[in-house]
Amino acid sequence: MTEHGPLSLHVPEPEVRPGGTPDFSNVPIPKAGSVPRPEVDVDPKEIRDLAYSIIRVLNREGEAVGPWAGTLTDEELLQGLRDMMTLRTFDARMLMAQRQGKTSFYMQHMGEEAVSCAFRKALAPGDMNFPTYRQAGLLIAGGYPMVDMMNQIFSNERDPLKGRQLPVMYSSKEHGFFSISGNLTTQYIQAVGWAMASAIRNDTRIAAGWVGDGATAESDFHAALVFASTYTAPVVLNIVNNQWAISTFQGIARGGSGTFAARGLGFGIPALRVDGNDYLAVHAVAKWAVERARRNLGPTLIEYVTYRVGAHSTSDDPSAYRPKEESSAWPLGDPVLRLKNHLIKRGAWSEERHKQAEAEILDAVIAAQKEAESHGTLHAGGKPSVRDMFEGVYAEMPPHLRRQRQEAGV
Amino acid sequence: MARMTMIEAIRSAMDVSMARDDTVVVFGEDVGYFGGVFRCTQGLQQKYGKTRCFDAPISESGIVGAAIGMAAYGLRPCVEVQFADYVYPAYDQIVSEAARLRYRSNGEFTCPIVVRMPTGGGIFGGQTHSQSPEALFTHVSGLKVVVPSNPYDAKGLLIASIEDPDPVIFLEPKRLYNGPFDGHHERPVTPWSKHPLGEVPDGHFVVPLGKASVRREGSDLTILAYGTMVYVAEAAAEETGIDAEIIDLRTLLPLDLDTIVASVKKTGRCVIVHEATLTSGFGAELAALVQQYCFYNLEGPIARVTGWDTPYPHAQEWEYFPGPARLGQAMRETMEA
Repeated sequence: MTEHGPLSLHVPEPEVRPGGTPDFSNVPIPKAGSVPRPEVDVDPKEIRDLAYSIIRVLNREGEAVGPWAGTLTDEELLQGLRDMMTLRTFDARMLMAQRQGKTSFYMQHMGEEAVSCAFRKALAPGDMNFPTYRQAGLLIAGGYPMVDMMNQIFSNERDPLKGRQLPVMYSSKEHGFFSISGNLTTQYIQAVGWAMASAIRNDTRIAAGWVGDGATAESDFHAALVFASTYTAPVVLNIVNNQWAISTFQGIARGGSGTFAARGLGFGIPALRVDGNDYLAVHAVAKWAVERARRNLGPTLIEYVTYRVGAHSTSDDPSAYRPKEESSAWPLGDPVLRLKNHLIKRGAWSEERHKQAEAEILDAVIAAQKEAESHGTLHAGGKPSVRDMFEGVYAEMPPHLRRQRQEAGV
Repeated sequence: MARMTMIEAIRSAMDVSMARDDTVVVFGEDVGYFGGVFRCTQGLQQKYGKTRCFDAPISESGIVGAAIGMAAYGLRPCVEVQFADYVYPAYDQIVSEAARLRYRSNGEFTCPIVVRMPTGGGIFGGQTHSQSPEALFTHVSGLKVVVPSNPYDAKGLLIASIEDPDPVIFLEPKRLYNGPFDGHHERPVTPWSKHPLGEVPDGHFVVPLGKASVRREGSDLTILAYGTMVYVAEAAAEETGIDAEIIDLRTLLPLDLDTIVASVKKTGRCVIVHEATLTSGFGAELAALVQQYCFYNLEGPIARVTGWDTPYPHAQEWEYFPGPARLGQAMRETMEA
């Protein structure tokens, strides 16, 4: 034969599987406050190491430290805590509603609440998000009515999308929330196109694209980076690295070969990596990137390092592929607890007020759910009309659809 | 009025649209400075500037995906895919996104884009410069699919497509860019300047989507054709002496069923012709509709003359391309049935 041995295929594996002891000792976590904050008009070549570090503001003691601290007032932070708690409570109730058969499907955000909630606060009215199915915090923090979200989830007679969409695939132009598609990463390049349009029209609005770690492997991720860079589009390109794409760990999308953020560098896009469970850090980094885009300095890529605590969806059982205790071993902790502790440290919050807020939020979510359920759930009560099924395929119904609608008896 | 080739007519349609509506933007590979590999966008960048007409990276999903984002913003992008054979990387964006955006968002977001692409064979284009993928789009609810066959229609249909509120797949038979072609490759090609439909208004006009055109009235049988096959049908009618009614469908989706049904009810016989491969091609849909709506008027089986179920070959160009001899044979058989 030859002087070489046979070739072998490398298939990455997570360090730990069910039954094993979770171990994140290989995940380097820089100290809070240790990463510098460059000017927004910095030459991207000078901040390449930001793609390999993690920007963090909250330290172990719950103090806000370093150059990225100080973008939010007490009041704004309290609102941020309330937004995250609301999203978590909303998730818990909808998860239960799915188990009760009131809807067919749900996807929760457990552990990732800070990312979308804090990012939303860095945007201005008129900006447009191109979210995935795991950024409902953009709606909650943007003041979109929970009842309308639930109406969509229940596909009832008040469903803003007329029962046409799978639950959680919301759409709200008014709230800067582009229609969610089931097809992964398609929206990433669309965000870039939207931003290009804003630039073509000499507007001042910017776009934000969203993708998960697993979906960065889709070809539209690459297309988005090329277009964003070529045309210096005013877009913030977000990657939520929650370590898991259903059952596949981020190594299958070739995480660990550098970082996801670092993929921006090859395109000349400045890239930052941030503690996704640190509300203050997420907001500060988002604000930086939004300002860059707004000042026509071009796109920014941000990787949020976080952990998907919950199941991928209500159709998933994570105990089949990862240790049950893995989320509690996650070194960046829980975003709600960390902000809560920080606010208590600041003297702006207390355990008592937190408990009280939890109760208030639960009441509000239950009230919204009651109202939504009064308009129907998937299998009970009011539902969108069958006629709605035929509408909206085109601006005007063509003859063949009209014939089919008549055939269906509506 | 002016004499235009199909290329000039398509360029004129974009020119007129860009002048009338400053939300119309044009981009694609080699579309900007160079004016397109087929010259369809020549001079547009110079006239309207780099932010209205520009070159794009070689990424079909990027081109269509960006156009969808722009449309969601409120622009009317008219983008180019260099060859229909290269549209597949954009298929996800077209099918999953452009076609469904209005429906899934209940009209909150819409997608008034046009995706232009040169299509069809007869040019020794081999496997990846000859395909006719229209059936991959007519199967998708939410899209409109247009195939012009002459300069006049090309301009009017393209302006109508750009102004249409829904996504339009605009397939340009590149074999017809410089002149009509009836499949007689052994004869010299006549230019559009010698054809009445090479006479095109300079300014704004539309040919409405969803309306077929009867290109030749006849009483013996009905030929359903589009694109290059319209001229093949004209040649076959003349050569066989069969008094065929030739319908140029122009828009495949939505389809002008009324014109088709009226014709077949009159003639009682139907031959369908397209360059695309047979199995599950658009001809199958046409045959099913004619069968459903004209069953009691039919005096023989519906025939389909199409490309073979093979990839488009190079050396065997004229054995593959459904020319007037093959169509004529099918017409005779249909008359005898």
